[in-house]
Amino acid sequence: MIIDHPLLGPRDAAEFVYLGDASLINRPDWQNEDAPTQFYEYLYLRNNPAGVHRELWYHEHGDRSWLVVTRNTLTHEITKVELARDIAVAEGRNK
Amino acid sequence: MRYSALKIFTEALTGNKGWKPVWRDPDPKPEYDVVIVGGGGHGLATAYYLAKEFGIKNVGVLEKGWLGSGNVGRNTTIIRSNYMLPGNQPFYEFSMKLWEGIEQDFNYNAMVSQRGLLNLSHNDPQQDAFARRGNAMHLAGADAVLLDREDVRKKYPFLDFENARFPIRGGLLQPRGGTVRHDAVAWGYARGADGLGVDIIQNCEVTGFKIEGGVCKGIQSSRGDIRAKKVAVCVAGSSSRLMAQAGMRLPIESHVIQACVSEGLKPVLPGVITFGAGHFYVSQSDKGGLVFGGDIDGYNTYAQRGNLPAIEDVCEGGMAIMPMIGRARVLRMWGGVIDMSMDGSPFIDKTHIKGLYFNGGWCYGGFKATPASGWCYAHLLAKDSPHPVATEFLLDRFKRGHIIDEKGMGAQPNLH
Repeated sequence: MIIDHPLLGPRDAAEFVYLGDASLINRPDWQNEDAPTQFYEYLYLRNNPAGVHRELWYHEHGDRSWLVVTRNTLTHEITKVELARDIAVAEGRNK
Repeated sequence: MRYSALKIFTEALTGNKGWKPVWRDPDPKPEYDVVIVGGGGHGLATAYYLAKEFGIKNVGVLEKGWLGSGNVGRNTTIIRSNYMLPGNQPFYEFSMKLWEGIEQDFNYNAMVSQRGLLNLSHNDPQQDAFARRGNAMHLAGADAVLLDREDVRKKYPFLDFENARFPIRGGLLQPRGGTVRHDAVAWGYARGADGLGVDIIQNCEVTGFKIEGGVCKGIQSSRGDIRAKKVAVCVAGSSSRLMAQAGMRLPIESHVIQACVSEGLKPVLPGVITFGAGHFYVSQSDKGGLVFGGDIDGYNTYAQRGNLPAIEDVCEGGMAIMPMIGRARVLRMWGGVIDMSMDGSPFIDKTHIKGLYFNGGWCYGGFKATPASGWCYAHLLAKDSPHPVATEFLLDRFKRGHIIDEKGMGAQPNLH
């Protein structure tokens, strides 16, 4: 697979480390009343879809950026690559 | 029809005209006591033991493709019971004991070959860890022998003992480990179950569940609705996809694992060997091909095919311990989709929906578990309580904090 890095251009997927579903960006607030349940769901449960999947890849053998890759789990086709930081900031996070 | 030497002899003399299909091809009935979703090894074993050991014979097994088209026909055929944790090892040893009597039990030649499985170690800490594991295996009634370097050399003189990076220090041998003809396991269980009255329905894809008031009353399928008192899901690889139809999210990601087979060679490899410094395992099939595999590709996929970097990694592992493998050409490679659970261990459990049961999360190790998985799942379905060796494989174990993390990797499925 080739991942089209937004800054570095097309790079071999072997340069990256895979973390998993992009929902892992949204870490729950530990002060929430039902934080144990929220952390259980955050840490352990996955949608695991067959089809379009947004997922986190880390460019370990490159610029060490975290990317959100939109990829089809049935065909391996990659349709979108974004910097995870841009997504987190757009969702209201400060970094 | 029972197989026997006399039957083979008489058929040979009469042109082999007396053989018949060994299971029927029935249409689905409108209702069963138990509907098993998934006609792979585990589903067929469940049906067989339900009928044989627990007396529940009004059972339908629904398979979306043909029997053996999933992971029971895609694995590297290895059986072993060399786990360590108390939640795992008694279960896998129970499975090993069932393997040892399986051919007589279902009267089918599954080519069970206990040729010995050797895990190589490459340094002192690893050897110490193997001593600990061996003791854990003994505690569960399994067999384990700790070998030093010279013991290994006597058994496998062709290994690369002087490898500069990963010299061989010794290993942990399970003499009762080995290989089984994987397709024959599916066929043997299917024939056995069919003979006991189980309906095996192929080309029948389950598309949803009929859930009324928190109770599962049956399933919807490509061949119509079927009512059932109990629905037993057994579709590892596609578990998340199917259970989403019941509104459940699982602690599972679907990944691909690849395997390869070389061209046929003379007998060179008497047992099963695994590399201790990377991930590589190899055995030689009775046809002569070296059957080998290693790590999963490591990203979510349902594609039943992988990419080249994983194959390169596997072949590098092979070259590191067994350089002669470089002279053999890879004949075929293939991939299977597996449930990678969050702690690397499986599930055999009820769900919060009454009448709906779940078996899955087998990671890349489901084949060796086939008989025990079937037996324990049948026990759960028949008695509504877990079998004594499968009390830990529960869906809520993450919520309770009682994970069974054999490798100690945490909630990162692609590292298990």
